[in-house]
Amino acid sequence: MKALDKKVLRDLLHMRGQVIAIALIVACGIASLVTMMSTYYSLKLTQETYYSQYRFADVFVQMKRAPESLIPQLEDIPGVGTVQTRVVKDVTISVEGLAAPATGRLISIPEQPTPMLNDLFIRSGRYPERGDEVLASEAFALANNLALNDTVGAIVNSRWQDLRIVGTALSPEYIYEIRGTEIVPDNQRFGIFWMQRDALSTAFDLKGAFNDVSLSLMPRASETEVIFQLDQLLEIYGGLGAVGRDNQVSHRFISSEIDQLSAQAIIMPSIFLGIAAFLLNLLLSRLVSTQRDQIAVVKAFGYGNLAVCFHYLKLVTIVVVIGAILGTGLGGWLGAGMTHLYADFYHFPLLRYEIRPGVLMTALIVSAGASVLGAFLAVRRAVNLPPAEAMRPEPPATFRPTVVEKLGLQRWFSAPSRIILRNLERRPIQGLMSIVGLTVAVAILVVGRYFTDAMDAIVNIQFRTIQREDIALVFNAPLSAQAQFDLYHLPGVMRSEPFRTVPARMRFGHYYKLTGITGVEPTSELRQLLDSKQRPVTLPPEGLMLSAKLADLLQAKLGDRITVEVLEGGRPHRIVTVNGIFDELVGISAYMDIHALNRLMREDFTLSGAYLQVDVQQQAKLYQQLKQTPAVASVALRQTTIDQFENIIGQSMAGFTVVLIGFASVIAFGVVYNAARIALSERGRELATLRIIGFTREEITYILLGEQAVLLAIAIPAGFALGFGLAAMMTHLYDWELFRFPLVITPASYAFAFLVIMCAAVASGAIIRRQLNQLDLIAVLKTRE
Amino acid sequence: MPSQQTISTVLSPPAPAIFHVDNVSKVYTMGEVKVHALGSVQLDLYEGEFVVFLGPSGSGKSTLLNILGGLDVPSGGAIFFRNQDMTHANERVLTQFRRHSVGFVFQFYNLIPSLTAQENVALVTDIARRPMKPEEALAMVGLGNRLSHFPAQLSGGEQQRVAIARAIAKRPEVLLCDEPTGALDFHTGKRVLETLAQVNNTFGTTVAVITHNAGIADMADRVVYMRSGNIAEIQQNAHKRSPAELEW
Repeated sequence: MKALDKKVLRDLLHMRGQVIAIALIVACGIASLVTMMSTYYSLKLTQETYYSQYRFADVFVQMKRAPESLIPQLEDIPGVGTVQTRVVKDVTISVEGLAAPATGRLISIPEQPTPMLNDLFIRSGRYPERGDEVLASEAFALANNLALNDTVGAIVNSRWQDLRIVGTALSPEYIYEIRGTEIVPDNQRFGIFWMQRDALSTAFDLKGAFNDVSLSLMPRASETEVIFQLDQLLEIYGGLGAVGRDNQVSHRFISSEIDQLSAQAIIMPSIFLGIAAFLLNLLLSRLVSTQRDQIAVVKAFGYGNLAVCFHYLKLVTIVVVIGAILGTGLGGWLGAGMTHLYADFYHFPLLRYEIRPGVLMTALIVSAGASVLGAFLAVRRAVNLPPAEAMRPEPPATFRPTVVEKLGLQRWFSAPSRIILRNLERRPIQGLMSIVGLTVAVAILVVGRYFTDAMDAIVNIQFRTIQREDIALVFNAPLSAQAQFDLYHLPGVMRSEPFRTVPARMRFGHYYKLTGITGVEPTSELRQLLDSKQRPVTLPPEGLMLSAKLADLLQAKLGDRITVEVLEGGRPHRIVTVNGIFDELVGISAYMDIHALNRLMREDFTLSGAYLQVDVQQQAKLYQQLKQTPAVASVALRQTTIDQFENIIGQSMAGFTVVLIGFASVIAFGVVYNAARIALSERGRELATLRIIGFTREEITYILLGEQAVLLAIAIPAGFALGFGLAAMMTHLYDWELFRFPLVITPASYAFAFLVIMCAAVASGAIIRRQLNQLDLIAVLKTRE
Repeated sequence: MPSQQTISTVLSPPAPAIFHVDNVSKVYTMGEVKVHALGSVQLDLYEGEFVVFLGPSGSGKSTLLNILGGLDVPSGGAIFFRNQDMTHANERVLTQFRRHSVGFVFQFYNLIPSLTAQENVALVTDIARRPMKPEEALAMVGLGNRLSHFPAQLSGGEQQRVAIARAIAKRPEVLLCDEPTGALDFHTGKRVLETLAQVNNTFGTTVAVITHNAGIADMADRVVYMRSGNIAEIQQNAHKRSPAELEW
């Protein structure tokens, strides 16, 4: 090994504290990059492979009933590839050991296994051979501990039927297995069952007919055009409006998740590597100035600029390489963990985790970039130093009176405080960069907590304030007024409020949206609509009330008259005035006074279901009864939804929070430690002098760490502000039709960020303090300056 | 250096001057102050001679030495090394010049603290054209048994001798020493001077020593007195004394 290279290693060893701190920051950056990128590629690849191998359809549509003779016409629509007709029905099912009624979605499959769109991956068991045999979705079977040959009871078209599970399966249509109206899966209470077409269509009087079509598109076909033609064709068969993949629930969730990963794969690593670059610059600048004479000697002996340049680059590169290796290992571990988390959540036949060479290459290039960026200026200074000048000591730093003195406030500050202030003023850029680093660390924590706060707020606003019912019942078909009173005969029902819901396409200008209109009693106590400031709003007696998101999608304002094309019953088309706008965090919806909706439908008082408030004591009995009530198609339990939601938040956020604390602590520690350590090496002589003339250890600690404390005091509120700003940006970013994030950050979250940062800062301060206590006064004074 | 020798044989003046300094001046800025370090210096240095530059602090000795050694360039005038104009030499040429032709010894030794004695010498032998072995150079200065000591483990005199070993290991044509005994006590200082004289005698290396210690002047072939950035007087020593005989 060359002598100069030995110097690199010894220098690194000498600065090991700082080297470790910076390498850890690089490691965090590379880890987040590798985690996000590898998870992104793993998910993306899995999704694409799954879709193409199992022929995930491109367009989906449901209708009331269409004859099979329509199939050729469907196939003739220009751009349509394969057409798959099915019978799909949601029914109430009863599972052994599950008190509450569950919903099963029955989907028809051919009598014999044949390749089809949305094909099944049979995980266990076999294909159904008889009418009462079903393949159950794996998630449902697992959640309910169902084994092969177990049965579930279902009310199939008013008749109780036992369905025997002969296998479990996965479908590309239900990777994210939820009902259309929910945002988190409840695998215990919602499951998919695939059964033979013949048995299913017989049971629902759909022999020779179908009520669901999936189709694939030819390459370069226009999805919009096909959807338009499809809707026209199915209009008379009760078509509920076709949607493309983009609006297919499962696909939409997964795709938005994948997109998010790719965005995060850029943001997080950039933050870390930016800070690492800054710290490397700090470290190297200091090193170059303490090694002025060494650089001079090396140059005096004939080492060229390039050799000096490489010498310092090597040093930086080693730090970054250590970080990159650590980060890649950590990233691989986190990525595998994250992929497993996804595997729990989404249902893929095979979710393979791998770190592609491309990911490693990117990590390598990105970290190399960070090191060069960090080293560039400092190394340039080293190189440009003419050897003769380098031999001379650095000219004394230029200090000027600070703002404090200019304002005549100096008598309020002690000498040590003035030293702190002047040092800060002398190096504003360095101080600013430290503030930026610490600010980012605080902001990361605030944003991390914001996700939990936002989720909590969704639960509180959506499921505790807006939706107040214990149970939401949906009937198989709309029922007359009498049903409302019948509901009171169910055990434990204390309050029942009818609702009417109709699927509808809303048009305004050239915008349109497929959604539903829910009619409720204006005096409803179980459904409380809120305005943007979360104050209750009352339902106008006439006209529509749109959720803000829906109004936004339609570009409609209060007082606008929009076209409503109902997709049920007589399928009336009406012009309705927007008489109110309300805020909601989940889905897009429109409300009307139930009576107004009935009038719009030209029907007598009719209800699609009811919101119930029930007596907890009687709950078991009620559930038992509901499981056997043929008129009930589905039962949604609010508390279960809340539990599911909180469970998922708890699971995913716990790990996420630990990682964030780790990341933010590493940054805060790294920034404070590096800055203070460098100040110590720069000013060891000055501090030792102060000690010799009688300053205490506490006082010189104050001078050294006080500077960091000032920076921290600026960075913490700045971090709160940046965190809030980022959260506001995310609120904007997560403004999806499926759900929206409210801009809520609780004081507890700010306190949490404050505590974590303070702990990290105090820890690094303590280490510096120890080094300060070891200051060898005599030796420091002997050294040449 | 064959090419330079060719040039010097063709163009050289009668005496074999190794350095030709022609009206060199130097002004530099330190902080916010302009310092006139050299006024106008005219001087030739000859092959194999031992020259001592004598003068008080700030007389321009170090500046002149830095310019001679290619550490710095003059603000005015011209400087030739073996008739090659170094006045406007670029960084690359200066680096090559320092790498192969000059050895430096500094007052504060300027050893790399993170490298051992042997490694400090290796720093130079790694890049020189036909160097000695680091052990050989250290043996010459009497430190053959201190190879793996770090600078912090060596006395001042030992450190300075490591620095000399480092300077001579490349077999330089000229050895430039800036206050080589400035930080040393009398006996150690003499020991170091003996080493310098030995190099001068054994290899015929031109040695230039800067000092404000007049006692050293007696061991030189010539003494250059400097004052306020100019040469005040040049004195030829008719009778050169050995370092052992020096007193100060």
